[in-house]
Amino acid sequence: MNKTKVTFKVNRKQVFLEVGPKERLIDTLRNQLKLTGTKEGCGIGECGACTVILNGEAVHSCLILTGQLEGSEVLTVEGLEIKGKPDPLQQAFIDCNAVQCGFCTPGMLMSAKALLMHNPHPTREEIKTALEGNLCRCTGYEQIIEAIESVAK
Amino acid sequence: MKYHQVNKSVNRVDAYEKVTGKAKFAADLSFPDMLYAKVLRSRYPHAKINKIEIKRALTFPEVKALLTATDIPNNEFGVIIQNQQVLAKEYVYYIGDGIAVVAAETEEAAERALELIEVDYKELPGIYDPEEASKEKALRVHPELKDNQVIHHLLRKGNVNDGFTKSDIILEREYSTQFIEHSYIEPEAIVAVPYDDNHLITIYGSIQNPFSCQNAVASVLMVSLNKVRIIQNHIGGSFGGKDEVMSAMAARASVLALKTKRPIKMVNSRYESILESYKRHPYKMKYKIGASREGKLLGMEIQCIADSGAYACQTPFVTWRSVVQATGPYSLSNVKTDTYGYYTNNVYTGAMRGYGTPQTIFAQESLMDELAGELNMNPAEIRLKNIYHNNSITASGQKLDNHEVSLEEVIEKAAKESGYYKKYELYKNNKSKPGDIKRGIGMAISFRGCSLGAEAVDAAGAIVAIQKDGSILISSGLAENGQGLKTVLSQIAAEELGVDMKRVIYQELDTSISPDSGSTVASRGTILGGNAIKEAVVKLKSMLLEMMAKKYKMRKDYIIIQDDYLIDRKTEKKLLSFEETVSLAYQEGLCLSAFGWYKAPDISWNEETGQGRPYFTYVYGCQIAEVEVDTGTGKVDLLKMTAAHDVGRAINPACLKGQIYGGVMMGMGYGLMEELETDKGYIKNANFDEYLIPTIKDMPEINPIIVENPDPNGPFGAKSIGEPTLEIGAAAIANAVAQATGKRIRHLPLNLERVLLGYSLSKGGRKK
Repeated sequence: MNKTKVTFKVNRKQVFLEVGPKERLIDTLRNQLKLTGTKEGCGIGECGACTVILNGEAVHSCLILTGQLEGSEVLTVEGLEIKGKPDPLQQAFIDCNAVQCGFCTPGMLMSAKALLMHNPHPTREEIKTALEGNLCRCTGYEQIIEAIESVAK
Repeated sequence: MKYHQVNKSVNRVDAYEKVTGKAKFAADLSFPDMLYAKVLRSRYPHAKINKIEIKRALTFPEVKALLTATDIPNNEFGVIIQNQQVLAKEYVYYIGDGIAVVAAETEEAAERALELIEVDYKELPGIYDPEEASKEKALRVHPELKDNQVIHHLLRKGNVNDGFTKSDIILEREYSTQFIEHSYIEPEAIVAVPYDDNHLITIYGSIQNPFSCQNAVASVLMVSLNKVRIIQNHIGGSFGGKDEVMSAMAARASVLALKTKRPIKMVNSRYESILESYKRHPYKMKYKIGASREGKLLGMEIQCIADSGAYACQTPFVTWRSVVQATGPYSLSNVKTDTYGYYTNNVYTGAMRGYGTPQTIFAQESLMDELAGELNMNPAEIRLKNIYHNNSITASGQKLDNHEVSLEEVIEKAAKESGYYKKYELYKNNKSKPGDIKRGIGMAISFRGCSLGAEAVDAAGAIVAIQKDGSILISSGLAENGQGLKTVLSQIAAEELGVDMKRVIYQELDTSISPDSGSTVASRGTILGGNAIKEAVVKLKSMLLEMMAKKYKMRKDYIIIQDDYLIDRKTEKKLLSFEETVSLAYQEGLCLSAFGWYKAPDISWNEETGQGRPYFTYVYGCQIAEVEVDTGTGKVDLLKMTAAHDVGRAINPACLKGQIYGGVMMGMGYGLMEELETDKGYIKNANFDEYLIPTIKDMPEINPIIVENPDPNGPFGAKSIGEPTLEIGAAAIANAVAQATGKRIRHLPLNLERVLLGYSLSKGGRKK
């Protein structure tokens, strides 16, 4: 299969990759870059477990083709911690018991992070709108909202 | 009593790994030289397999192995009845049956190879309705069996006809519930590694019950248990769902791994997951109830029919819990209950959070409201008139005399917090109000037997090992499934030992090391696992105290461990730090590892009468739902859910609330939106675009109320929470909707069509 070369940033580092025409961003992240924090739950952009931040926006990495990312910037859950220090949002998820099984957590964090980048003080309704595309079967969402609210004050 | 480690909302011990993406789930693992496997599943819900042609698939250079049923050493497995096929041999019994499995160098190659397998089927007529399946001349799903009945449980108390004769009012109603998909966000995943560390096969996976998986794999491979090692760590949700489906997956991967001598990775897509995995049982229920004019219940007759689908799976135990609890928590002298499970060619059904109670609670709690309506009584009043109290005798003849029966307390607390009585009166006059928007409030209550009950042996083990620097490793045979078990058991260990829980690390479950503790099901993690951990800690503590007593020439019971110090209880003088004490113990040659084993108190059950002592203790809950219904469109908004649960003792209130929030939302999905739709055995909504679970936008306001009446049989008084939170919500919502609309809906879910039209429209959708 014809591979194309593509250069973009992942978690602030430049990557140089060769990808096939059908390679999805989630596969590149998980298989080529070994960034397995990003999870696949449905493959059709419904569950939000694969959410990453692409050029400042939360996107479903299962719906993005890597070949199109030339010059882009991608942030994944692995890029939230800086120099071993958790992002305040990550710490809030720990402190507010916003995590149960943890499978939806990376996607939740990335949707919430994208929201806070645009709107540092969202209302409860704005938080709900930003996380509408992220399914969680364990937590009932309440403590996730509490975590985001605690850093959005 | 003042606690230092339990009864506190400490942070989860696994949260850091999970928020940083460091936590490795099964699909994240890779091993050198690993192959990828994919399964070919049936094209029909019921067919005879004439021939499987695999030659073309094998010409693919990337294909390394291809298995059909004849390659499986022992093709049938099951926890209760061994009739589930690893791969379909002569017949496919449901649409998710696997027929062949391919291992290849890449996942894509494995998928392409599947397309080259030619299966010659003879499509057969199927049976898709359990009531049809129950008839004498019905087509048999498994031709070798005499009929389609999986199980029949009964319960007889008093004489139900006498009860009805004495009654002033008798109601007969029929209710039904739907197939539900567990919808754990992580699809099933397995990695099987052959010939690793003295084990024939080592399996990593999203496995809820490592020991049942170990048993199944050993039985399929026809090898001894010690050759099969299951390592379970992070799992992306389960809710009862990652048991038999994982056993089949692990067995397939293991046979492939041994054949190719290479690690095998299998990860289901969501579509594959929904197609193959078992569901919550749909029930058809007939209830007859008799009561006096004053609302005193005099007799109840119940018949429940569960759709078991193609295999027995857990149907015998699921329907057993139903038979024990089908009357709800109401004192009755006369009860006749029969629960049945029947095979059909539908997707098979098994364990799911609640396990045979959400169905009966929906029926029985709807019926209580219907009865209250007929008698012109308040629904809370009729419940309070009939509920169990201390020393009440249950339908199965058990005297509730060893714990606090707190039904009245949970009802009153939920009623007070939700403003139930006032709102009930306010919404009563809905009809006279103009407009389509109507509100209603409804309650439901339950009693729930903790742990397995008389289903099976009920015991759990744990190992606690104090390291020479005073840090502590603990492990148990119960699994962290996301519910918070690692955290709660670490808290219990630390509390009992008198040290900070930061010293404690909970190890992953490894069947070669951890004691077989049965399955992590039935809301038994805290009560069984906690007692086992305590038992081990008590042994170690006693050893340390004995050593100290000798050293300080004191009586052993005058020394305590508190806040990481050994302390003279009388003078409150610190004798030695915990580290120094441990160091001393090592120098003395003491063994600071201990094994704890807890066997649940004796229980009993008479299959002939349905009488006995089915569970050693119970928990009690009440949920009150407030809804707003648009009677013009049928749209139901759940505004608020008040959930009061007596858990004995909250080991970790934050985790406990997390269980309540999650359970309420799952109950809401059950009540209002979720339904796995099937059409003659085909599954129509096999991904999250069509199978809808509650999103963050669907959330009601949830008010969790933790009620604590410590149970003498629980660690620090703690009992259970996982399932009680989910089992009552749908019934409470149905009662609220009935008040809002004045119409009673007896079938779940209460979706738009049912609320508006009174029946369900088929939504169409995909068919494969």
